[in-house]
Amino acid sequence: MIPAAFDYVAPSSVDEAVQALAQAGDEVKVLGGGQSLLPVLRMRLAAPTTLVDLGKIAELRGVRDDGDAIVIGSMTTHHEVTRDSLVAAHAELVAKTTRTVADPQIRHRGTFGGSLVHADPAGDLLAPAVALGAEMVIAGSSGRRTVPASEFFVDYFTTAVAPDEVLIEVRIPKHTGWGSHYEKFNRVAQAWSIVGVAAAVRSEGGSIAEARVALTNMGSTPIRATGVERALVGQPASAEAIRSAAQHAAEGTSPTTDGNADADYREHLARVLTGRAVSEAAGVGG
Amino acid sequence: MTRITVTVDGVKYTDEVEPRTLLVHYLREQVGKTGTVVGCDTSNCGACTVHLDGQSVKSCSVFAVQADGSEVTTIEGLARDGRLHPVQQAFHDNHALQCGFCTPGMIMQAIDLLGDNPNPDDEQVRHGLEGNLCRCTGYQNIVKAVRDAAGKMSPGAGPAAEQVSSQARSGVSGGGQ
Repeated sequence: MIPAAFDYVAPSSVDEAVQALAQAGDEVKVLGGGQSLLPVLRMRLAAPTTLVDLGKIAELRGVRDDGDAIVIGSMTTHHEVTRDSLVAAHAELVAKTTRTVADPQIRHRGTFGGSLVHADPAGDLLAPAVALGAEMVIAGSSGRRTVPASEFFVDYFTTAVAPDEVLIEVRIPKHTGWGSHYEKFNRVAQAWSIVGVAAAVRSEGGSIAEARVALTNMGSTPIRATGVERALVGQPASAEAIRSAAQHAAEGTSPTTDGNADADYREHLARVLTGRAVSEAAGVGG
Repeated sequence: MTRITVTVDGVKYTDEVEPRTLLVHYLREQVGKTGTVVGCDTSNCGACTVHLDGQSVKSCSVFAVQADGSEVTTIEGLARDGRLHPVQQAFHDNHALQCGFCTPGMIMQAIDLLGDNPNPDDEQVRHGLEGNLCRCTGYQNIVKAVRDAAGKMSPGAGPAAEQVSSQARSGVSGGGQ
């Protein structure tokens, strides 16, 4: 399978990329790591006339410390995210989730920003970004703007990034010392998550002081399980308290019914996986 | 057409390619590296795995233009002076193939895995190879072969093995004669 022909542009800076996008018109796509886009192009589900490749823009790669947040460049690969010491120390949930994405070859090429902009509701990295309150920095011809994760994901495969804009970096508030876990359910190694749960918990003296929980594939966008979070705060970090809080996991969700699972089965999975994810994050034996 | 320069198995090539040319098609049809095969064409099976600047990638999911300025190692670049790479030898010794179609990708990914984790247990081998499918379901012997190779490539495994191992390791990221 061979993609339709396209013009290829490989800018070496964000400004050049933004310019290239503005000049290319409507039928343009941004190429990140290409691990979602290339299959789409090969199957000719999309046939853009121009591809703007971000692969040569060094400033988009890497993780830096920015006071109360860490900043992950959008072209940082999954492999790099899993090895990064800042991510491990301050956003462990992102590191743990990234380890479960696809397979080693795809993690070598696929990028953090690319996964977020692709916005597949079954994509694993959306939920941790929402759970940790990430902020997305987007560049366009009128300058840069910052969009909170809660407003970034608009619909299936749709984000706040306009066709002539580029996601350049993601700011994640530090969650130093928080326990975390990502629990997903799928049938075989490479399958997309039928449901996934990202959980981060800050414990204090045997109690849960703060909790952040978000769900993968329980609607067209990732969803914060605020009912679970509220029910956890102030509770002892015990199996019983967690099990009881997890019963709120499907509240406010709108899961789809498809060949993998019915909506009510997804709701059941959300409750079960939330229990597991939070227990693991809080260090409570199950 | 776009001009690219890529080093493949130690030899530098400069070629004109269409931007839509997949790396695997470039390797097979322009460079002649038919040892790298196209399996599923949907990025699932891993048969087309090569090393791009020392990291395993599925060459059906990379455009040739993205490899401009990079080094590629294919299955054809592993043997040295008629001697198989230790992972190739271990696949041979352990009968880790039936039809053999997945083998080039399995071996390239196994070498990447051993670079990260020189002494993996069965579980770690299976996880490390999760992006590679064997339709003959020959996984048992593939896992055995990777662990056998790990033992033979480890420091102190014997002078001869060590010699092969250091050559092989430099070959992974570099290639060349």
